[in-house]
Amino acid sequence: MATIVELPIQGYESVVDPDWCPGCGDFAVLKSVKMAAAKAGVAPKDLVIVSGIGCSSNLPGFIHSYGVHSLHGRSIAVATGVRLANTDLKVVITGGDGDGYGIGIGHFIHAMRRNLDLTYVVMDNQIYGLTTGQASPTTDAGQITKSTPNGNVEMPINPLALAIVSGATYVARAFAGDPTQMADLIAGGLQHKGFALIDAFSPCVTYNKVNTYAFFKKRCYKLEDDKGYNNRDAGVALERSHEWGERIPIGLLYQHDKPTYESSEAVLRKGPLTKADMRLDEKVFQSLVEELI
Amino acid sequence: MNDLTIGIGGAAGDGIDKSSETLAKSAARSGLYAYSFNSYQSVIRGGHIWLRLRIGQEKVYSQGDHLNALIALNQDSIERHAPEVESGGAILFNADKLKMNIPVRDNVLTVPLPIGKLLKPLGTVPPVVQNTVALGASMFLAGLEFEAIASVLTDTFSHKSQAIIDQNVGAAKAGYEYARENFVPLGYQWKFSHKRRPYITGNQAFSMGAVAGGCRFYSAYPMTPASGILTWMAEHAEQCGVVVKQMEDELAVANVAIGAGYAGVRSMCATSGGGFALMTEAIGLAGMIEAPVVFVEVQRGGPSTGIPTKTEQADLNQVYGASQGDFPRIIIAPRDPKDCFDSAVESFNLAEKYQCPVILISDLQLSEHPETIEPEDLTSNVPIDRGEIVTSWNEATQGRFKRYKLTKSGISPRTLPGTAETLYVAPSDEHDEEGVLISDVFCNQSLRRKVNERRMKKLDLALRDMPAPKIEGPANADVTLIGWGGTAGVIKEAVAELNASGVRANQLHFKYLLPFHAAEATATLKGCKRTIGVEMNSTGQFMRLLRAETGHAVSDHILKYDGEPFEPAQIAARVRDIIAGKPLSLDVTENEAREIAYHYVRVHLNEEVRPGKISKAAANGRGEAVWQIEVVHRETAAKQGELLVGVETGSTYSWQPVN
Repeated sequence: MATIVELPIQGYESVVDPDWCPGCGDFAVLKSVKMAAAKAGVAPKDLVIVSGIGCSSNLPGFIHSYGVHSLHGRSIAVATGVRLANTDLKVVITGGDGDGYGIGIGHFIHAMRRNLDLTYVVMDNQIYGLTTGQASPTTDAGQITKSTPNGNVEMPINPLALAIVSGATYVARAFAGDPTQMADLIAGGLQHKGFALIDAFSPCVTYNKVNTYAFFKKRCYKLEDDKGYNNRDAGVALERSHEWGERIPIGLLYQHDKPTYESSEAVLRKGPLTKADMRLDEKVFQSLVEELI
Repeated sequence: MNDLTIGIGGAAGDGIDKSSETLAKSAARSGLYAYSFNSYQSVIRGGHIWLRLRIGQEKVYSQGDHLNALIALNQDSIERHAPEVESGGAILFNADKLKMNIPVRDNVLTVPLPIGKLLKPLGTVPPVVQNTVALGASMFLAGLEFEAIASVLTDTFSHKSQAIIDQNVGAAKAGYEYARENFVPLGYQWKFSHKRRPYITGNQAFSMGAVAGGCRFYSAYPMTPASGILTWMAEHAEQCGVVVKQMEDELAVANVAIGAGYAGVRSMCATSGGGFALMTEAIGLAGMIEAPVVFVEVQRGGPSTGIPTKTEQADLNQVYGASQGDFPRIIIAPRDPKDCFDSAVESFNLAEKYQCPVILISDLQLSEHPETIEPEDLTSNVPIDRGEIVTSWNEATQGRFKRYKLTKSGISPRTLPGTAETLYVAPSDEHDEEGVLISDVFCNQSLRRKVNERRMKKLDLALRDMPAPKIEGPANADVTLIGWGGTAGVIKEAVAELNASGVRANQLHFKYLLPFHAAEATATLKGCKRTIGVEMNSTGQFMRLLRAETGHAVSDHILKYDGEPFEPAQIAARVRDIIAGKPLSLDVTENEAREIAYHYVRVHLNEEVRPGKISKAAANGRGEAVWQIEVVHRETAAKQGELLVGVETGSTYSWQPVN
């Protein structure tokens, strides 16, 4: 295994300051992403952060790296293309719960079953913030929002359970109240070979008055403190992923070693596509022509 | 005689496509030209499949409008198509299973093949080998070389055992010899140059042009009639070093291609109209972040699911208007398979040079029909122009890198992730020269204006890379046929037919649809006496665009939207009618009424009957004239009943059995 050389965090400082509301959980996530990249030794020039649309999807603009601030719900697809095009790059996806678990959930599931080497950080605030407070796919049942004035009648998505059954090989949950742990979990995802999901509780201080810092501080406990917990067991992890209410687990829920999509793709074994010869071998071309005769 | 059309009729699953390919390649190896079109249905087994293969001493540009030989694989095909076989032609069928039960034209040879007897010496063979016997017989009748089909079959089965090769060559030989012993050839005199010409579909040509042009990433979701590109790419992925990714939907297909294009790989994706609708938002993203991607839109009959296995040119409005806002896109409509190859190569250069999405718009006929092209038309030695890519930068001396720099040409310097000191974020939001959003905190008006102007300016420059359309055919024609994309060949043949019959005609065909050669087209159109728009949709989508771009309104339209491709004689006949001031009849024709009846009796009755005599009757209280179609017994021709089909509405009124 290659030695990891930690890099200075200053290298990731952007010239653009975040425009999030003061107190937004996304500040902690931004800091954690920078810390994780530095810790994992991913140089800014080799880091591509791909996001969708939403408050949290503005994140790539606030960190010095390459990035694509793409369409609502399509960040995973764009990131898949970047990753397949150049396997020398580290590709991180950032976005919100609406972006990833709502409009983009199809790509989310398929990317996990492919086990692409991608790290996906979801800033989960259980609300649509940028559109000023409608119910999101992770909004709790019963919660009153602008689009559910009589209380949300839908069950929330359980992203962790979904990730485990869909084939994600690194499933973690973090909380903006603990950026150090979050940075460790994201760094772990960056180092993990395969699809890593870090569902990060990132409270919306403006539009979600239920799932606040206080709400999570009171309930969250760290899985690493539960000495008996085995995060290599999918059944155990799946059961724990349903724990919600008075106690909510944070930390590395599940990890599994499995070949990545990239390692199974014969063409990519020869190296990144961006370095491949754009000229087709004349012999190969002539054999293609011969098939037509 | 130097033009032969062979029809092969049967059901889906009969191996019609493969049989035609064997015959076409055999003719092509002898140095002849071939073109075929398969009219198939959206079923995997059954239905009526009708393929026409046209072989010519000279280049043939469409499936044509003749029928000189019929290979009938089922009884329906005899009944439906035997009467179309022209004098001097032949009808071949398996005499063990099928009968000639229908009158044919004078001087048409009936060739019942005793397939069982002929195949007996070869032992047990798969049913599809029966077709090969008929192919062998047709080779003899058409005056084609047996050695050619023997070599094609040998190569086709080269990956199988020698026994399989012998079986197939033996079956062809048995048919060839049987015909030689029992029949005289039809009298075709060919000159065999033995120039071996590739026989290629538009989809294969798109694929080969793409890989020759440096495409190394291809994404798709299966959709007829674009799936041929996915199949080709997947089959040749490793050989050509292409990552081929089938995605979960077209939203993903388009966005994954954009990601790859952004990262610096030449990427392409293809779909048909419905899938393209899902790609729409992503096309705007490619335009906004200036990522080079090639999209292929293979049109099929719409709207919605439409007629999935039928051809049409009705997605022009969609590709023109795809995605919100103004952004540069390039739309190219290739005219034939050779042009598909060239256009694919060209589109990657344009996409990278102008950093924008390029859309290749094709149609089912162009993408799926094979035709012979010259071997020299296919080359790996193609131009590759990646445009302006910055590979090194020194911020200390050069200042901060501006990915979206405001330039006079409109083209900004591109850089690829992994390059030091040129880091930037490509945003779908409006952004400044460095890629920083101007959409949120301060919507800078003058900057917004300038960046929008810069992006759009790229099209002015791109237009200079594209040749303007030119009049083809005689100058000073009385009538100019205007078309776009895949109909170039059939219009060319219609023009030739018109000139041969005394109507001075020429054609003006458009390939580059956006940016548009407005000035050149306007000047050209000023010199045209009478213009007729010819396109495969019901509203004249291209002619509306032409009017918007040039102010020129065509005098008349020839529009086809029944799913089947144009035939040269249809176009020519309609041109003559237009000149003669004859209004277009939209009535159901006798042939169409027969086809309706065939479908009706097969679905609602049984295999024992077929449509017989057809006559037109007065309204009879139905408010319109009707086609009275007798349904008769296949063997005895005894009347079983009558079906009425409205001449104007096409409605099936009643089925009245004979008591």
